[in-house]
Amino acid sequence: MQTVQNHSTVTLEITGMHCASCAAFVEDALSQTQGVKRAAVNLASEKATVEFLPTMVNVHALTAAVENSGYGARELKHDTNRAAQAEATEERKRNEYDALKRRFTLAAVLAAVIMPLSMTMLVPSVEHWIHQAIGMQALNGMLLVLTLPVLLVSGREFYVSAYNAFLHRMANMDTLIAVGTGAAFAYSVVATLFPALFEQNGIRAEVYYDTTATIIALILLGKMLEARAKGQTSAAIKKLMNLQAKTARILVNEQEREVSIDAVKRGDVVVVRPGERIPTDGEIIEGASSVDESMLTGESLPVEKNVGASVFGGTVNKTGAFRFCATNVGAETALAHIVRLVEEAQGSKAPIQRLADKISSVFVPTVVVISLLTFVVWFNVMPAETRLPFALVNFVAVLIIACPCALGLATPTAIMVGTGKGAERGILIRNAESLEKAHQIGVVVVDKTGTLTQGEPSVTDFVMLNDTMTREDALQYAASLEHYSEHPLASAIVDYAEAEKVDAVFTVHDFLAVEGKGATGMVSGENVAIGNTKLMEQQKIIMDSEATSAAVKLLAEAKTTMYVAVKGAIVAVIGVADTVRETSLEAVQELQKRGIEVVMLTGDNRQTAEAIAAQVGIKRVFADVLPHDKANAVKQLQSEGKIVAMVGDGINDAPALAQADVGIAIGAGTDIAMEAASITLMRSDLLSVVSAIELSRRTMTNIKQNLFFAFVYNVLGIPLAAGLLFPFTGWLLSPMIAAAAMAMSSVSVLTNALRLKAVKL
Amino acid sequence: MDTSQILVTLGGLGLVVFVVWYFFFGKRTSTAAALTESGVQEIAITVKGGYSPDSIEVVKDKPVRLKFYRDETSSCSEELVFGEFSLRRELPAFETTVIDILPTKTGTFEFTCGMNMLRGKLIVR
Repeated sequence: MQTVQNHSTVTLEITGMHCASCAAFVEDALSQTQGVKRAAVNLASEKATVEFLPTMVNVHALTAAVENSGYGARELKHDTNRAAQAEATEERKRNEYDALKRRFTLAAVLAAVIMPLSMTMLVPSVEHWIHQAIGMQALNGMLLVLTLPVLLVSGREFYVSAYNAFLHRMANMDTLIAVGTGAAFAYSVVATLFPALFEQNGIRAEVYYDTTATIIALILLGKMLEARAKGQTSAAIKKLMNLQAKTARILVNEQEREVSIDAVKRGDVVVVRPGERIPTDGEIIEGASSVDESMLTGESLPVEKNVGASVFGGTVNKTGAFRFCATNVGAETALAHIVRLVEEAQGSKAPIQRLADKISSVFVPTVVVISLLTFVVWFNVMPAETRLPFALVNFVAVLIIACPCALGLATPTAIMVGTGKGAERGILIRNAESLEKAHQIGVVVVDKTGTLTQGEPSVTDFVMLNDTMTREDALQYAASLEHYSEHPLASAIVDYAEAEKVDAVFTVHDFLAVEGKGATGMVSGENVAIGNTKLMEQQKIIMDSEATSAAVKLLAEAKTTMYVAVKGAIVAVIGVADTVRETSLEAVQELQKRGIEVVMLTGDNRQTAEAIAAQVGIKRVFADVLPHDKANAVKQLQSEGKIVAMVGDGINDAPALAQADVGIAIGAGTDIAMEAASITLMRSDLLSVVSAIELSRRTMTNIKQNLFFAFVYNVLGIPLAAGLLFPFTGWLLSPMIAAAAMAMSSVSVLTNALRLKAVKL
Repeated sequence: MDTSQILVTLGGLGLVVFVVWYFFFGKRTSTAAALTESGVQEIAITVKGGYSPDSIEVVKDKPVRLKFYRDETSSCSEELVFGEFSLRRELPAFETTVIDILPTKTGTFEFTCGMNMLRGKLIVR
């Protein structure tokens, strides 16, 4: 419960609701309770957020009101938004880690005592002394007592887990540890309690308490390191969740009130002060500011926002104060969408993992079989007096060295770090399969408008024809007239004048927009016409050779041409074109450097298309392509046997994005494009495509390294532990070394995956 | 070959046969999820060294609610992966984690622990 001024807000968990009318019923019951200012019930999350006056009503009365209406309610003590959930998970993980640490410390301390006591036979004088003083059996008894807590406290979980898995006809990592250490311990107990059994067969009654304790200590150490590294693999998503503000300041009856984020509804007016985190998505209705959106888009420069601009929850307001109307709340916000997308990607499986999955599903029982065969073989080939301990040691070593965890961790950890890294840079990957496919891309098809270019026309040339007036005057006439027009070409002229610091201050009368031709009007008392040849003809303005040649030159560059006529004579020719984004050339070059062919796809005519293609170094162009034919163009490239990526931003691109092997939606894009895309780029910048492909390549390399390591480790380690080299080199693997190797193998895989965090994109 | 060698060999090979049969060829039965009043197919699954039940039958196009109760602290079962539905969830020990999915196609879909050793399946009919 949270109290702000005189109001309190509480979140109740509601049970028994089945439909929207149930939700409405509960909402009514709460709203009609005296002292309740407002109540909002969310059917999907089964929660009610109630704002009330604590002086008039309490939480108990609120739950009673819900119960009286036939539903169940209880106060949700913890704030249930994602950030709070993430915090609770963190807390739980910390506790689990601390418990693990305690188990390890106990095992390590006892192992440190057990180890030297077990090694007395290495120093004959000490062994002799112990024999004389307390006897070997007493020493072994002491070791047994010291080892018991290691097994029963530190290692208990391994045995319980192995037993539970066994009941389910399953075998896991714990099965190997439990069987391995259990066998060594059981053998030692028999040797301690009934040494005669061994001695009468001429076998030395050796004990392996040190092996048992050390294996458990080392494996717990490995688990601790693993837990730490694993925590870091999901750091990116935690960071995203923490971007969510916990409260928002909303306007109620023209008064600001701070409420829990759960209480913000669509349509609420939210107040944001400088330096604050924007609590939810919305549209600015008052004020202006610059907003740092780097956490969502990876774009480091703050973005200027004015009235009408969209703002996103989780981004940070820099300088100004503003008010906005909430358009999306809760699970509908862009941030929630991103978190969900990243979570889904991290939960998906990459095709490359299939083989590892197949192996790990039969791994443990197979290793148990190998260990049993190892025991049988050595028992049969070794001399009678050494065969039992020899077979046992190798049996235990095989069980302990085998590490299915490294295989299981190899792919998902790299995918988690990779997708998280992408999200930090504004690259949202739909699933692991998309990430895997992206590294094989051979062709990138780029939609021209809005992807390679800015997507809106801008003035590139303002050519003065004679010196009847200054350039400023001509521009001022043009801008003043076009100020009244809503045509995109007119806006381009107004923007150009603004950029040139020329004010459109002349008074305009009789403004007339001539459809398909241009505009005319009286500007500062002079007759002004701006438009194409048709307008000039209609206005009976003479096209002199100077004007015509300037226009021909601009047309050759695939620019749209407009004439500016003042007092019945053409004074200037304007060239307008959709300009290429600054980064497009570099991005195309970077892609080509990686051996990827870049193809342009556009609905524009060939001349315009070729002109833009030449500017950015693209050699293959599909021009005059109708929107519904874009997918066919992609199909054509696929039929050439290439893995095709399509980069696009609009609704028209959705079928092509879906047809491509990898669909990349660029810019915040449209929801439809995002749905159809394998990868969504938050920045409208072709360089992000390069980053996404680079990320995919690095992640795949990392996965391959991990899988290679995990396979090779087991393929070499298991035969070595089984004593395969013993007949040739005399090499055997101590189970304790095997435990250290096993503990380090998972950690190595995790550490390698974490290297992806350092990749520069 | 002396007696003990014969015994060890027979015992060892017997165990090998047992391990192969027990883990790879054991019979498993499926449990159908119960349909609640609100039209959700619901089933409670206990996670303890495996999933009980580990084979769940549901029908297509109706929402499914899987309630996983993790009744142990062993880290082997701390993660649940449901590749078909792009799900990777942590299952806190001694808590119920609810997973809602909507199966839109028929088939058998596996859910596993984070390392693919504990396995269960969802059979969509």
